[in-house]
Amino acid sequence: MTVMSLSKALNEGMRKAMEDDPKVLIMGEDVGKLGGVFRVTDGLQKDFGEDRVIDTPLAESGIIGTAIGLALRGYRPVCEIQFDGFVFPAADQIITQLAKMPMRSLGAIKLPVVVRIPCGGGIGAVEHHSESPEAYFTHTAGLRVVACSNPADAYSMIQQAIRSDDPVIFFEPKRRYWEKADVDTADTGWWTPMDKGLVVRPGTDLTLLTHGPMVKTCLEAAQAAEEEGRSLEVIDLRSLNPLDQPLVMDSVRKTGRAVVVHEAPVNNGFGAELAARITERCFYHLESPVLRAGGFSTPYPPSKLEEHYLPDLDRVLDAVDRAFAY
Amino acid sequence: MTIDASRGAEAPPELVQLLTPEGERVQHPDYDIDLTPEEVRSLYRDLVLVRRVDLEAVALQRQGELGIWASLLGQEAAQIGSGRALTDADMAFPTYREHGVAWCRDVDPVKLLGLFRGVNHGGWDPKEHNFHLYTIVIGSQTLHAVGYAMGIQRDDADAATIVYFGDGATSQGDVNESFIWASVFNAPIVFFCQNNQWAISEPLEKQTRIPLYRRASGFGFPGVRVDGNDVFACLAVTRQALKNAREGQGPMLIEAFTYRMGAHTTTDDPTRYRVASELEAWKLKDPIERVKAYLFKNELADQEFLDAVEAEADQLGADLRRRCLALPDPEPTAIFEHVYAEPHALIDEERAQFAAYLEGFER
Repeated sequence: MTVMSLSKALNEGMRKAMEDDPKVLIMGEDVGKLGGVFRVTDGLQKDFGEDRVIDTPLAESGIIGTAIGLALRGYRPVCEIQFDGFVFPAADQIITQLAKMPMRSLGAIKLPVVVRIPCGGGIGAVEHHSESPEAYFTHTAGLRVVACSNPADAYSMIQQAIRSDDPVIFFEPKRRYWEKADVDTADTGWWTPMDKGLVVRPGTDLTLLTHGPMVKTCLEAAQAAEEEGRSLEVIDLRSLNPLDQPLVMDSVRKTGRAVVVHEAPVNNGFGAELAARITERCFYHLESPVLRAGGFSTPYPPSKLEEHYLPDLDRVLDAVDRAFAY
Repeated sequence: MTIDASRGAEAPPELVQLLTPEGERVQHPDYDIDLTPEEVRSLYRDLVLVRRVDLEAVALQRQGELGIWASLLGQEAAQIGSGRALTDADMAFPTYREHGVAWCRDVDPVKLLGLFRGVNHGGWDPKEHNFHLYTIVIGSQTLHAVGYAMGIQRDDADAATIVYFGDGATSQGDVNESFIWASVFNAPIVFFCQNNQWAISEPLEKQTRIPLYRRASGFGFPGVRVDGNDVFACLAVTRQALKNAREGQGPMLIEAFTYRMGAHTTTDDPTRYRVASELEAWKLKDPIERVKAYLFKNELADQEFLDAVEAEADQLGADLRRRCLALPDPEPTAIFEHVYAEPHALIDEERAQFAAYLEGFER
């Protein structure tokens, strides 16, 4: 066991993947000498060279487009998009090419490309640096969409994403980059498959469904609720596409109540899909409607307002209270 | 407002030409080619056969057997010349109009029809032919080609990449980003722009104020304009550009100056936006007629050879028609195939549900 930050866990995971497979490449803006603006790729160019850790021109479509070409040649590129709000210039390449080319080829082409996106708010940033664009990508067939929430998952999931023969959109909770925990780098026996979720806190009265930066918030909310006599089960979804439906449905059938929590706007957010699926599959088990706590139907606000925009412990508990009011 | 399309042009555009529209062989100081009579006859055969494939496909669309077709009529020399310049190890990235290049890469023409008939989105294995799938979003493939070329660099392989795009595509961000990437990384790639003068209804003046090949200098690599209806020149210039790329001299832009003699696609009506006299003028520069004239003038072929090529074209067309009609419709559950390379729970679930739903009708 080693104590490391989430950022360092990603770094160690990528380092291991690069040691294991010479075809793994890192590419993005400032990922080389600087080690990325969050230092997630720190030291990798020094150890693996400029041909494997590529400082690219400043153009996101170019990053994804050339990564596709490298994958066609047999490489496994791991692309860093510097901030969530900057992925949109690459959206065309991701949606029309990366996601669809394997099917277009009738399976002749595999595109093992990982697109790392630091996501979410809470760091006092300027516009375009605090967004949660996961629903745009979960709506696009052909992509796998995952989100890590802690150092151990970061370490194992980034390696699984790199090994996957499918394109993976990999969300990293930027405000949790510096939070530390134990990571076992000596063994892989503890790894949970990338497309499975995890019950991170068992409970009996209500299920909190969340991912990425909100997992910690939900765990804190569950702790507070316990002090009020309510037992909340917290599920870290980890994979949004595919969704680990058996895990979710088993939990909700047990608790009879569900609240979805994410930073992204509630309206047409990923929680809407969860609510619909839970209603379809757990209708007779539900004691209340599936409720959602998340961002408002507004653009992400200036940072002086973000504490009001982002769901926090009280907003989560408010949704829990409303669920129990039925 | 009128726009002077020549603004910014320091000098009149130069055109590399080795064979005039009248079939006269001419010299160029920078590019030359030495072709055996057999090689010239072979190029002629290529040109005639791909035109016949194209003609048959247009007819199949008119008869309702294809949903749409993008004709290459008039661009045969640009495609055969550049396509025949490739080695087996080189990789080509096409648009959706490169039927002639596909021919040079030994892609069975019937496989081109799957996309246009609606039985698949792309029916060949790119690795088998070193010919990528057709790309429909304009210009996207230029970045894939540069990435592939960066892979060639990392493999230290004796190969280069060629990417095809049109005059309209030069306005796309991806094409400009691909120029930057190729230049910065000195990637072994040839940018082959078929300037056919029209992006559906928009003439070249809507895309550029300078000759397209001159864009290259701003990105830091050479550009050249070649007579796109001259198969000798297209072959010579592309061969040299690919050789330079393989030898580490980096990218080059070739602007093949040609003309889209047909509609953009079979759903388009060019009479709404261009005058008939323009087409008539370009017919005098036909890419096939000038090779035929050259063969006759130099007594490299006789009528018997021409008749044999025509007969082969007829047979190819008939065979293509027969096999197009025999293309099986895909099974309904093919919708779910190849979406992911690895098992995917949601796809598996929906496939099973849909199969059960279909079975309900059969009971």
